[in-house]
Amino acid sequence: MAVCVAVIAKENYPLYIRSVPTESELKFHYMVHTSLDVVDEKISAMGKALVDQRELYLGLLYPTEDYKVSVFPNQLCRYGYVTNSKVKFVMVVDSSNTALRDNEIRSMFRKLHNSYTDVMCNPFYNPGDRIQSRAFDSMVTSMMVQVC
Amino acid sequence: MNPNIMQLCGAKRLGYFGRSQFYIALKLVAVAQSGFPLRVESINTVKDLPLPRFVASKNEQESRHAASYSSDSENQGSYSGVIPPPPGRGQVKKGSISHDTVQPRTSADQQEPASPVVSPQQSPPASPHTWRKHNRHPSGGNSERPLAGPGPFWAPFGEAQSACLPILLLGSSAGDAVWSGHSPPPPQENWVSFADTPPTSTLLTMHPASVQDQTTVRTVASATTANEIRRQSSSYDDPWKITDEQRQYYVNQFKTIQPDLNGFIPGELLKTEILRGDRTVSVSYSQRRGSAAKEFFTKSKLPILELSHIWELSDFDKDGALTLDEFCAAFHLVVARKNGYDLPEKLPESLMPKLIDLEDTADVGDQPGEVGYSGSPAEAPPSKSPSMPSLNQTWPELNQSSEQWETFSERSSSSQTLTQFDSNIAPADPDTAIVHPVPIRMTPSKIHMQEMELKRTGSDHTNPTSPLLVKTSDLSEENKINSSVKFASGNTVADGYSSSDSFTSDPEQIGNNVTRQRSHSGTSPDNTAPPPPPPRPQPSHSRSSSLDMNRTFSVTTGQQQAGVVAQPPAVPPRPQPSQAPGPVVHRPVDADGLITHTSTSPQQIPEQPNFADFSQFEVFAASNVNEEQDDEAEKHPEVLPVEKASDPASSLRVAKTDSKMEEKTAASAPANVSKGTTPLAPPPKPVRRRLKSEDELRPEVDEHTQKTGVLAAVLASQPSIPRSVGKDKKAIQASIRRNKETNTVLARLNSELQQQLKDVLEERISLEVQLEQLRPFSHL
Repeated sequence: MAVCVAVIAKENYPLYIRSVPTESELKFHYMVHTSLDVVDEKISAMGKALVDQRELYLGLLYPTEDYKVSVFPNQLCRYGYVTNSKVKFVMVVDSSNTALRDNEIRSMFRKLHNSYTDVMCNPFYNPGDRIQSRAFDSMVTSMMVQVC
Repeated sequence: MNPNIMQLCGAKRLGYFGRSQFYIALKLVAVAQSGFPLRVESINTVKDLPLPRFVASKNEQESRHAASYSSDSENQGSYSGVIPPPPGRGQVKKGSISHDTVQPRTSADQQEPASPVVSPQQSPPASPHTWRKHNRHPSGGNSERPLAGPGPFWAPFGEAQSACLPILLLGSSAGDAVWSGHSPPPPQENWVSFADTPPTSTLLTMHPASVQDQTTVRTVASATTANEIRRQSSSYDDPWKITDEQRQYYVNQFKTIQPDLNGFIPGELLKTEILRGDRTVSVSYSQRRGSAAKEFFTKSKLPILELSHIWELSDFDKDGALTLDEFCAAFHLVVARKNGYDLPEKLPESLMPKLIDLEDTADVGDQPGEVGYSGSPAEAPPSKSPSMPSLNQTWPELNQSSEQWETFSERSSSSQTLTQFDSNIAPADPDTAIVHPVPIRMTPSKIHMQEMELKRTGSDHTNPTSPLLVKTSDLSEENKINSSVKFASGNTVADGYSSSDSFTSDPEQIGNNVTRQRSHSGTSPDNTAPPPPPPRPQPSHSRSSSLDMNRTFSVTTGQQQAGVVAQPPAVPPRPQPSQAPGPVVHRPVDADGLITHTSTSPQQIPEQPNFADFSQFEVFAASNVNEEQDDEAEKHPEVLPVEKASDPASSLRVAKTDSKMEEKTAASAPANVSKGTTPLAPPPKPVRRRLKSEDELRPEVDEHTQKTGVLAAVLASQPSIPRSVGKDKKAIQASIRRNKETNTVLARLNSELQQQLKDVLEERISLEVQLEQLRPFSHL
């Protein structure tokens, strides 16, 4: 269900970004970028350093069809997730299936986090590099191609 | 020797090592090594020239050859002998020599079919390979290939000084099979390419390649060369299979990094650190550890991306560290990659840690951990179902809180979790009826402790509560504790188990009880042993039984309260009276004394059913354990037969509710008596019931106190055990009755729980249906 998944480093540069529909790649990238501001906002708002699984919910920014910025419920939702090390995961989902959204999103973020830690565990991965792990890719793919 | 050889073969004459000269030289080396006089004729006369053993680097090859000469590959030996001199002469010779060698090789091969196999061992990793090829194509169809092979091999050969040894190792065990498997030239060429030696320009490139190889190959001492060799051998039958020599080499390398074969080599960061999210801390950790694995594999000069992928593949458990198996797999992949094999997308089967474990006895490391983790299943809820994860989490908790009643209550609340857990347990210990009950038994049934414990400790190693057993020094106590603890640990199963545990006072009885309990527990929702769902801590059951037990044994009551419910009456007199509150008088025989206890127990039933039992138990002394101290305070021993049936039920009820307890106490009197007659059943039952009742009726704290009290009581009662000997028979009967009561109580509880389960399932189904209905709409 996710149409775009992005892993942003602490310094706000992307470590990994991938989208499903190629035609709107740029749009997704832009959405992710704009959501970073909201993420930072939330981080600073929260006093304690908690891992807020779902700390960002923008009830939709852009509809998939057009580029209009409109508040369009249940079109595209972006969710954010911040780890203790300030690594952010941003996910854009197609909200046509809103049933059990929250739990699903949380589980997806959990999977993302687990895969990310697996990547980190790899001693040959230098923090700050783009994530090129095939396992991570396959996991993200499984998340993206869920609902046609 | 070498000069002589060279002279003999005409190299000196020619000034260089032509192919024929080379071959001759090799043969001479073999001859010399085998101790034959160095004569040209000897080459022809001596048919069985063992393969000269070429060990050592370029310069040392000669000396090494002599030193390490073995009857292995003569080819290689000859190669090595020849190589040192030729480098100076030029690669051309090598080329020609290689050709020459091919031919003699073939003949040699014929003579010594095994030599080719051996050849690999020789220092040059390539040479074995090359030789092999030669062997393969004895007809000499090698042409370029063989040349190319040996060529590059030579270079590395010269350099692979340290690699020689491993290579030797490798070659020796490589066997024909390995070599036979290797047919495709590509590996050879790849290997060559690895050495930076174009296949065609064997000689010329060989030399420079050797140099390069030295720099590149030697990155890891002889590791790379060994890798190459290994790679070759590994590529034969199953590209990913690790041969013995390879494995041995890997293990040796592993030891250099991590002496403990059971340990692991950490990567940069351990997963735990990463999950903590504290990168700075993690980085410092890695610095301290030295990123051993990373450094080691970086030496192989593979691109970081590939190393990263290899790590991904080989770190099976994703813990950020490599166990011996994982390390071997990683090393193997490195070797393969260096040899030109593409890395697989998934870890090949032969490299899977599990498989490796089978092959490598030395490998323990995490493998066992991983496997063990999954194996601890019956107890450990590893993967069974969604609830498994929760169970897994609960496991440590269980263990920790085994002695805590709190956990028990928590567990019991999560019926689903418990159920799953039980299911896990059930399959795990299908045969050890006693065992199951033991661990699960939450209610401390000291009465049965001794007997139960004995049995349990043996079988119940898997149970988290087993540690509890250890803790309790007294047998009886242990029994109780085991049962109780286990119960607490979370498995509803405990109920069933505990009750069974408590019955251990009589080994036979206990066994019967246990089995019976099991069957009961099977019906009853939780506690029972393997077959039935995890024994739920059915307060009613446990209480009732425990009460009875307590009462009957008086002694045990105190202990039961402490948490060890099911102390079989047989257990030596326990200090029950203190805990009179709960337990119902069990045994009719000793009922009198017990009854009094039980009478008091009703009041305390909710709290300390066990106590009553203990008191009764005490009376019965060593008699059967029976139900532990169940909560049924009201058991009256005398009315055994009649009330026995009612007691279990009543006991169950009591467990569930305080009021019930009271009823039980009233009715339990006869039940107790009956219980006494069912020695087998009672012990486990009382425990179970006790647990249940305690659970439900009492707060955890109470259980704790009771448990401790029971324990104390048991301890105190121990000395009095001897005096109860005379009452064994009565105790047995009482325990029998108690057990029966417990059985019925548990049966009822079981039915009730099953009913609940059905309801829950129905709800679930309805919810699912609703979900289905909603789903299509969402798509619109």
